[in-house]
Amino acid sequence: MHHANIPSIGAASAWRKDARRFLSAGVPPDQILWGDYASSPDLFTTQTKLAPRGQVSVPQSFVTLAQTVVWHSDPERFARLYAFLWRLKDDPHLMSDRGDTDLSRLRQMERNVRRCQHKMKAFVRFREIGTSHTGRRSFAAWFEPTHNTVEPTADFFVRRFSDMDWRILTPDVSAIFENGTLSFQEGHLKPDLPEDAGEQLWITYFRNIFNPARLKVKAMQSEMPKKYWENMPEAAAIPDMIAGAPARARSMAEAAPTLPPARMSQVQAQLSNCNSAWDGPREALPAAISACTRCPLHRTATQAVAGEGPSNAALMIVGEQPGDDEDLCGHPFVGPAGKVFDAIASEVGLNRSDAYVTNAVKHFKFTARGRRRIHQRPVSSEIDHCRGWLDAEIDQINPKLILAMGASATESLTGSGKDILSRRGGVETSRSGLPVLITLHPSYLLRVSDPKARLRSHALFREDLSKAVGFLT
Amino acid sequence: MVKHTLDQKLAILSDAAKYDASCASSGSTRRHSRDGKGLGSNEGSGICHAYTPDGRCISLLKILMTNFCIYDCSYCINRVSSNVARARFTVEEVVRLTVEFYRRNYIEGLFLSSGVIRSPDATMSDMVQIARKLRHDENFRGYIHLKTIPDAAPELIAEAGLLADRLSINVELPTDAAVQQYAPEKKPEQIRKAMADVRLRKDAGRDKSFSGKRPPRFAPAGQSTQMIIGADGSNDATVLGQSTRLYSSYKLKRVYYSAFSPIPDSSSKLPLIRPPLQREHRLYQADWLLRFYDFQLDEITSVTQDGNLDLEIDPKLAWALVHREMFPLDVNRASREMLLRVPGFGVKTVNRILATRRYRTLRYEDLLRIGASMKKARVFITAGGWSPRGLIDSADLRARFTPPPEQLVLL
Repeated sequence: MHHANIPSIGAASAWRKDARRFLSAGVPPDQILWGDYASSPDLFTTQTKLAPRGQVSVPQSFVTLAQTVVWHSDPERFARLYAFLWRLKDDPHLMSDRGDTDLSRLRQMERNVRRCQHKMKAFVRFREIGTSHTGRRSFAAWFEPTHNTVEPTADFFVRRFSDMDWRILTPDVSAIFENGTLSFQEGHLKPDLPEDAGEQLWITYFRNIFNPARLKVKAMQSEMPKKYWENMPEAAAIPDMIAGAPARARSMAEAAPTLPPARMSQVQAQLSNCNSAWDGPREALPAAISACTRCPLHRTATQAVAGEGPSNAALMIVGEQPGDDEDLCGHPFVGPAGKVFDAIASEVGLNRSDAYVTNAVKHFKFTARGRRRIHQRPVSSEIDHCRGWLDAEIDQINPKLILAMGASATESLTGSGKDILSRRGGVETSRSGLPVLITLHPSYLLRVSDPKARLRSHALFREDLSKAVGFLT
Repeated sequence: MVKHTLDQKLAILSDAAKYDASCASSGSTRRHSRDGKGLGSNEGSGICHAYTPDGRCISLLKILMTNFCIYDCSYCINRVSSNVARARFTVEEVVRLTVEFYRRNYIEGLFLSSGVIRSPDATMSDMVQIARKLRHDENFRGYIHLKTIPDAAPELIAEAGLLADRLSINVELPTDAAVQQYAPEKKPEQIRKAMADVRLRKDAGRDKSFSGKRPPRFAPAGQSTQMIIGADGSNDATVLGQSTRLYSSYKLKRVYYSAFSPIPDSSSKLPLIRPPLQREHRLYQADWLLRFYDFQLDEITSVTQDGNLDLEIDPKLAWALVHREMFPLDVNRASREMLLRVPGFGVKTVNRILATRRYRTLRYEDLLRIGASMKKARVFITAGGWSPRGLIDSADLRARFTPPPEQLVLL
């Protein structure tokens, strides 16, 4: 029979060292008595030298598991871990078998420790106890964890509170952080910590952030079990808060509405002086477009995207509708399709900033699918509703040529959006009598997946753009 | 005006802040102050430091800078027409409260909101000043959540995003019409533009420059928003439709649903009702199904006639009861997508099932150990040693899951 005594401070590395020693010597679990600080060494055991029989390796996930489970308060924890390790030696797949009885017990213990650690991070309450001789502020807390969580959790407090001295005292192991050095000591008795002025403010906050109209005591207790209440200053207020809640909720319901205070109109007058950067354009037409509610698209889109460009532009470019990027930033043709357009336009010597760029429909139409917005083609009624705005823009700019890109723009300008592939490259007449050059929509070029077809469509688009350039010169 | 003590101010301004549901402190960049030069850390996951009897956690010091406000939103305790006690913190007071609470391990950080005083820009710049003082003067490395004033200037939002972990702008109500009715001074399209602006800045913060240098991260814990449920007549399909649009348009981390709850000195425009807590709960469940379980909006909302979620059973169970022809599923063969649709199976359960069944056949007891809620799930699955037989087609299946009838209570 072998005996391993694991100390209470440094248990994780001690267990790991012993387990490695036993496993490499091939000692089966039933030959080892694991003891912790609470148990005295068994008189009938012998401490024999073990001869290692080579390297042992286990999955990393087991090491992580073991490093947590060793802090559990179950006296059998070391033995359970070693027994499972013994099985794992021959069957490394065991770690991914979530239905295994031993593993699921260990996983549950791991969860217990994790939860206890988490609650310790949450529920430790420091009180200020003065200033150290080096001038650092000192804080102390008394805490009673369910498992041996002080040592594995102490680093959290180091990461968080290293510009002050602090100590977390518990009945078993206490953590002390002084001048940037962390140390552990065996247990303490409950100290008498001095009153702390911050505590009163905290209780005030706790009482007032509570909404008496929505009492859910069970939800509170499942997350903040009563065993922690004794060391939390705010918990003393809970019974009183629960008892008073129904009456407070009732009095809110019964109170008659009051008259607004006299200063109301005076205060609200301030509002009229506030100018907001988000108020949108001031000129009549863009302002009217951004306030448009003719069709339901305005409810879902971020904003209406009006056309942009010089007011004396000879060329007007009309696309379908703003896309995802355009909708967010409020400018036409800034997304992927706009970039394709710019690339090809620069090849044929067309400068986009000389043209007036706009869309047949001013609001983005989409369906929400998870984290993405999927573009949807506007229907005829939406194009019809928006035609008024496009016509107003055409009136204002009075271009020599309109470039209609894609079916929606062509439909809006000529009345029909059919057969774009055969009509492209041709110049037709718009409803208002201006020449309209029909071409593909740049987003179509992005959608074509066949490389050959893509090259061809790029060439067609380039041909149409240079035709537009030729038309204007 | 009466001079309030710090304690009185804290009472007034935390009371005024409690109607904001968000208290999350998770999902930001990991940082610590091991160097001894600053205070605080952020571990990625949030910590709830206390719970109040309303079941809500306290993770952040959630306060208003001031509850004076020039807006008149009917649902809000701080509206200009309300007669509640008013108070205002100085910048130093907020900084001191945050740091002292943090040192005593009461909180993870600050959630600062405010009524709008003087002008949106003036208010926002005071809030940014608080965040700046915390970060630069106090070297505070804990969590900061700033509630953005939608009308505030873009420069202020730009600075706020660099100082804070999370920004939020409340859409307040599920439809534009409701906002116009109950919050006449707020403009839904401005709120959307401000959210779009935050998203664009956040996206820009992610791009590396040519030299490979990363710009400072903008609101690393993302942006969130809140909708009040039950104040207007919108049904759940409308509410969820709005939130899916918000998630997809502005890449929100969270949409919070807040059951409209009676407030002191309430407006005559809104009915004083018991807060629809169960409805709020079901909306959160549906929100999760949409985001993590690959459900589509119409699948969830088409289960009932009126577009509202079933209050008695959860939305996944409600969907499964209507689509019984798809069940029972064999847990040893079914796809991940289908397993996620089994009531009682969560994402973790499904991952564990998939990991384990690579090596062996799963039995009923295995599922219990894996952590599945078999009370619900067993009807919808087959596993080694288990078959629901006729249970799936039994007429009283729904009744097995609904809670027993309860006596009504007065508000």
